[in-house]
Amino acid sequence: MKRQIPLALVFFFGVLMIIQYFVPHEASEWTFEFLMDWIYIIGIFALALGIWSLVKVSWDKIRLRRENWQYAIVTLLGLVAMICFGFDYFRNVFNAAGLQNFMFRHFFDYIMIPIQSTMFSLLAFFIASASYRAFRARSLLASLLLLAALIVMIRFNPYFGPLTAYLEQTASWLLNVPNLAAKRAIVIGVGLGMVATALKVILGIERAYLGKD
Amino acid sequence: MKEILMVFLALLLAGGISSAGAQESAPPPDTGTLVVTPAPAPPAPVTNLNAKDKPNDHGAGVVVTWPPSADDVVGSTKVFGYAILRAATPEGPFLERGRVPIGEGVFEDQGSLDEVSPDYMADHVDYYYKVRVISPDTTVYADSEIIGPVQSSGQWFNTNKVPVLIFVLCFTTLAIFFINHARRGANLFIRPLAGIEAVDEAIGRATEMGRPILYVLGLGTASEIATIASFTILGRVSKKVAEYQTGLIVPCYDPIVMTVAQETVKASYLDAGRPDAYNDDMVYFVTQSQFAYVAAVNGTMLRELPATNIYMGKFFAESLILAETGALAGSIQIAGTDEVAQIPFFVVACDYTLIGEELYAASAYLGREPVLLGSLKAQDYAKAAIMILAVVGFLAANFGWVDFVNLFNVPSN
Amino acid sequence: MNIFERMMSVDRRWVFLFLALVCVLTYKVDFEVEVRVTDEVRKIYNFIDTLKPGDYIFVAIDYDPNSLAELHPMTYAIVEQAWRKNMKIVFTALSQNGPGMADQAIRDISDSLKLVKTYNGITYPTRDIVNGIDYIFLGYKPYPALVIAGMGQNFRLPFPTDYYGTPLDSLPMMRGIQNYNQMKCVIDISGTSGIDMWIAYGQTRYGFPLALGLTGVMAADYYPYLNSGQVFGMMGGILGAAQYEKLADNAGSALDMMRIQLYAHMVIILFIIIGNIGFLVSRRAKNQ
Repeated sequence: MKRQIPLALVFFFGVLMIIQYFVPHEASEWTFEFLMDWIYIIGIFALALGIWSLVKVSWDKIRLRRENWQYAIVTLLGLVAMICFGFDYFRNVFNAAGLQNFMFRHFFDYIMIPIQSTMFSLLAFFIASASYRAFRARSLLASLLLLAALIVMIRFNPYFGPLTAYLEQTASWLLNVPNLAAKRAIVIGVGLGMVATALKVILGIERAYLGKD
Repeated sequence: MKEILMVFLALLLAGGISSAGAQESAPPPDTGTLVVTPAPAPPAPVTNLNAKDKPNDHGAGVVVTWPPSADDVVGSTKVFGYAILRAATPEGPFLERGRVPIGEGVFEDQGSLDEVSPDYMADHVDYYYKVRVISPDTTVYADSEIIGPVQSSGQWFNTNKVPVLIFVLCFTTLAIFFINHARRGANLFIRPLAGIEAVDEAIGRATEMGRPILYVLGLGTASEIATIASFTILGRVSKKVAEYQTGLIVPCYDPIVMTVAQETVKASYLDAGRPDAYNDDMVYFVTQSQFAYVAAVNGTMLRELPATNIYMGKFFAESLILAETGALAGSIQIAGTDEVAQIPFFVVACDYTLIGEELYAASAYLGREPVLLGSLKAQDYAKAAIMILAVVGFLAANFGWVDFVNLFNVPSN
Repeated sequence: MNIFERMMSVDRRWVFLFLALVCVLTYKVDFEVEVRVTDEVRKIYNFIDTLKPGDYIFVAIDYDPNSLAELHPMTYAIVEQAWRKNMKIVFTALSQNGPGMADQAIRDISDSLKLVKTYNGITYPTRDIVNGIDYIFLGYKPYPALVIAGMGQNFRLPFPTDYYGTPLDSLPMMRGIQNYNQMKCVIDISGTSGIDMWIAYGQTRYGFPLALGLTGVMAADYYPYLNSGQVFGMMGGILGAAQYEKLADNAGSALDMMRIQLYAHMVIILFIIIGNIGFLVSRRAKNQ
């Protein structure tokens, strides 16, 4: 029963949503909106599970004095602080909640934004080192790839004078024709793969999400 | 001389007419006589009005069509537009539902099914329509005949989506056929996937070096197709890892994914006959913040120095950060994702990459189970059909076979 | 190891260092770089420019702080243009940290509108931006696909109140506003695959004009939608933002960052060339 009930539910709701896509009637729209409300409710449980997992993992680390346990204290303090300043329930205690709260906004503007921007900026350096390593003219195809990459990178460079217009046109052709053709092929393949996998999940053939038998 | 006189008389006559015209716009002479300015003639009304229920909708919709007014011609100044009016009875009162400019002959009267909405339009209720041809002078117009009763209703099937339905039915039939075919013992060929063949080799390498394997499930949720495919691959990899007694590290982004991954790995260790070697700490939740997760995984890579990194699932901007750090740590890297934008980064930075649907095929390739192989074959045949249709469509577009092109047109609601 | 072999295997830390130096120097030295405007950006600008005072547009700020550098300038340029023209804006933020981004943008642009400015020869007086009259901010809800589909029925379905807790029906701006039908266009500024949701669940279902602002790396993926007409305009990365700023005559951080990006690209190209010279010469020497 432990596996039969979820499989039956997956089959029922999978088929129901397929039918819902083809039926424009008001009853079908009502079904969609009803299920949308339920997905929000399930999402809230997932959120609660996420918070519980984070607290449990951090607490165990502190309790057992595992490697770098001090960072777990920072994690928990950050979690508590943002909940207190952001949660609407504490609006009267802290004078405001969410982005209207001074502390919440400062944590966001002066801690969250710089940290996330810094991590993302690593990409610029990694792209440089990855490009340096990968773009080598080892073969004809690799040389074509190298040439295409160079053209796309310098297409808007104003220092190439009269060549710039031709570079721009070539880059535009590269992006709109071969690049697009390859992407469309991949997207079609991914789409078919998604349909097949969804079909397998609905029919109960793919059961990895339930754990092993 | 005679001609000159005729021209002179003609000019005089024309001048007289124009001055008479000018005199019409000039204030009337104060003779005490009432001068009535004739009203401009109304434009020609619309005839052959048609109104029917809007097809393929949820109800509260009527489509009104009409041929243009006889005065709706290029250069005409008599017609400004059309107003569409509706009433519940032929006697009225008729209320305006909308306007369309000249040249147009169709109007969708779309209301709301919400009873409290001011735009409420009940289904299965009689409505009567007429179209008013409006002139630039708003007091001058011409109404068509009243048409009705017409009722709106919701449809139970959207006929615009027939091409999608045909595709779904054909694909499902193909999948079921090939699954049964495989179950009956047919040998279905799948081309080798270098990335998957390298997994065994990579696990062996990790065992020899005495270093663990890092498996990253990506940033998708448990309901994403890529993550589901990744669970299957994780099951196979963890079984091999259990057999070879190598270490396994699985940092998770999503707590539900962590729960499923723990079950999968635990079951794999059980299958391999080494349940005692499983430890819950192998599969752990990190955080649901994208770059915080990446920072944690990078730290793990640089501290634990895994021999092999396997990235299977949904990845976003962090893909290159993960792959480059893994390269820095000297690990063999095998990646697979269906995120088209991240594939180039993995191709550049990893040793083996599964592109797009190869990730979904990997589970079938590893396990060789008939049902999985069968659905893979169905995908291949569907792709072949799409390729043929693409070529035919290309020819159709170039030779003007509009009917064929329109077969695949699925308009929005 | 000869010089060519060294060229082929430069330690990545030298690459990082050189790139960092070039970025800092080009940031410090102020000079202009010519930016050519592409059609896909111009279409968005022209569309907004032809709208009238009182028209409604929908701006979805679906990005996190990590994409701030590329996407904030676009947001600032578009929203300032719309508010200078007295348009009304419905904001939403369908990414987790999106509300913070939206809040920051609204505050900064509201402050900017308190100054008299001249753009493209037109002088705009100062004005105060009032919540509920000039804009509303719906906030964040998870599951963007469902939220986008729900807003197509009625904004009140997923968002009965705005982000600050005020019921939508009590906001003057929302009287008579039900869903996308009352919006002249939707502009999605996103650094995530939420754009696919807007196209699949929004534009395909409800048929509204959709424009995109996205990170540079994603731009190449969305040309199919531009070509098919599902999207009427697109701004890709800092370049797209810089083009928009140039069109709007509102020079901001994107035009500044263009010179850094330009020279960073040149550094990358230089290292690629160095690596290839080393590779080709070493390979020839080995073959001999």
